[in-house]
Amino acid sequence: MEISSAAKRKNARERIDSPLRRILRKVASNPTGVASLAFILFLILCVAFPGLIAPFDLAAPDYDHTLEGPGLAHLFGTDEYGRDIFSRVIHGAKYTLQIGLISVFAGAFVGTVLGVTAGYYGGLYETVVMRACDVLLAFPGMLLAIGIIALIGTGTWNVVIAVAVYTVPIFTRIIRGNTIELKNLVYVEAARAIGLKDRWIILRHILPGTFSVAIVYITMRIGSAILTGAALSFVGFGAQPPTPEWGTMLSSGRNYVVTAPHVALFPGIAIFLTCLAFNLLGDCLRDALDSKIAE
Amino acid sequence: MLSYIVRRIAAMIPILLLVSIVIFLFIRILPGDPARLVAGEDASAETVALVRAELGLDQPIVRQYLIYMGKLFQGDFGYSYRSHKPVAELMANRIVPTAQLAFSALIWAALVGIPLGVFSAINRGRWLDRSIMVVSVSGISIPAFWLGILLVQFFCVRWGLLPSGGYGGVKNIVLPSLTLGAHVVATMARFGRNSLLETLRQDYVRTARAKGAREWQVILKHALRNALIPIVTMSAMQLGFMLGGSVVVESVFAWPGVGRLLIASVTERDYPVIQACMLLFSFTFLFINMVTDLMYAIINPQIRLDS
Repeated sequence: MEISSAAKRKNARERIDSPLRRILRKVASNPTGVASLAFILFLILCVAFPGLIAPFDLAAPDYDHTLEGPGLAHLFGTDEYGRDIFSRVIHGAKYTLQIGLISVFAGAFVGTVLGVTAGYYGGLYETVVMRACDVLLAFPGMLLAIGIIALIGTGTWNVVIAVAVYTVPIFTRIIRGNTIELKNLVYVEAARAIGLKDRWIILRHILPGTFSVAIVYITMRIGSAILTGAALSFVGFGAQPPTPEWGTMLSSGRNYVVTAPHVALFPGIAIFLTCLAFNLLGDCLRDALDSKIAE
Repeated sequence: MLSYIVRRIAAMIPILLLVSIVIFLFIRILPGDPARLVAGEDASAETVALVRAELGLDQPIVRQYLIYMGKLFQGDFGYSYRSHKPVAELMANRIVPTAQLAFSALIWAALVGIPLGVFSAINRGRWLDRSIMVVSVSGISIPAFWLGILLVQFFCVRWGLLPSGGYGGVKNIVLPSLTLGAHVVATMARFGRNSLLETLRQDYVRTARAKGAREWQVILKHALRNALIPIVTMSAMQLGFMLGGSVVVESVFAWPGVGRLLIASVTERDYPVIQACMLLFSFTFLFINMVTDLMYAIINPQIRLDS
């Protein structure tokens, strides 16, 4: 009985001090953080229930109302086929989040696995992994993405792959550095001394230590991944029309910059705000977790 | 110091070799026969065989790489699959416009961004700092191609002040340069602020204040001079990232640079041109990073002592 109540007390204390709660509290106390988080939640709603938010059908053309400016019927106006731009922007949230989130999480996952193992085991394996990172980082990010597109072809998923690939070495480097630091700490040495298996030490004792850095970098990379993805779509390497991807919409809206500037305006605002929300949230998380994590 | 420079340059060689191998393999792992592509769709079997021998494609792969590298050193980048012109000829006129764009953007961005960061740090926590940081985080989040379209909207369509694209006069470079530099200004303001705040926390700054130096003296003479070391390095590094940004900006403003050539080549699957562009961009990028490191070592005595 005594033991179990002691365990309960210990559990309760751990819950109160859990890092996740601490971070959430800090973010909640920052108005920019709350606003960013709210906007991102709204975007997720757009992805989950686009039909509820968007007033018009995605594909239905209306040739009587082409290139109309913003108004009561069409909040953001209509495009060259008379399609409601507001509805298309709402439906397009899916593609932007897909590119931003999936590519960064996939890249961060692979990068973290490579970084932790390279930092922990060292030796030839580490050398090979780090040289491979050097090669990937020898190209400015956008150009590496274009090179990969040139190899695997265009399309939304290929943009995700391209952005993920250039995210990998960034995480590998950071996490490897972190791992080497943690590896030499006393508690890891103790874990090794009592004979724990390497896999267990990595999973239980090293990986959690790299999380705070990883979370901040993930949030900050999402913004730049969204920009890169939209830029790739804009030059025609990503989603093709009539997909309502924001970069693609901007690309076709560019043709009406003189007669109907609103066509390019709203998808641009959408990209800008989404990217801004992730960047502000990243700043906020960085302040909450550790002010020393570099830009 | 000299030994540091030599070691830094020597460390580059394996990376350059690896990058060149990857770029060389790039064209080989693609489906399709390069000789057929060079000779053209309706060339006879003999012509294709001749082209294959001429390009050295019948040789073992290691030899092919050596031939490729040998030709690179002679300025031979192969032939375009589309226009069948030498790639070097296609690239030659493109390098200067891209360099002009990148340098002009870097210069105005540094002249605006660094002082913004300094003002922000000096006024830490006040409204000036906050507004500069709001502008800065917006600058980092704004899509360059959209900014370009907005600038065209105002400066060309509404006010008729500047051309919407093209190359030649001073007026042509203003909008592309503004667009490309926006992101850099924002980055520099943020980085400059952090760097100066970091230095202002140092002991020698407290000493300077304690001995009664005026605030502007403390900032200009003691803090800023040291804060500038990472800022200058950072600025040089931005030049490398602008190579990536230039690709998009060039295609918005029809700027005849390497970036636009690359986009067109990817669209047309003109692999030798893609290969050459990637090689040029990555080597320039690596070169800039190396020069940045060396510059950092030159202006920061600590690095020299450590090495």
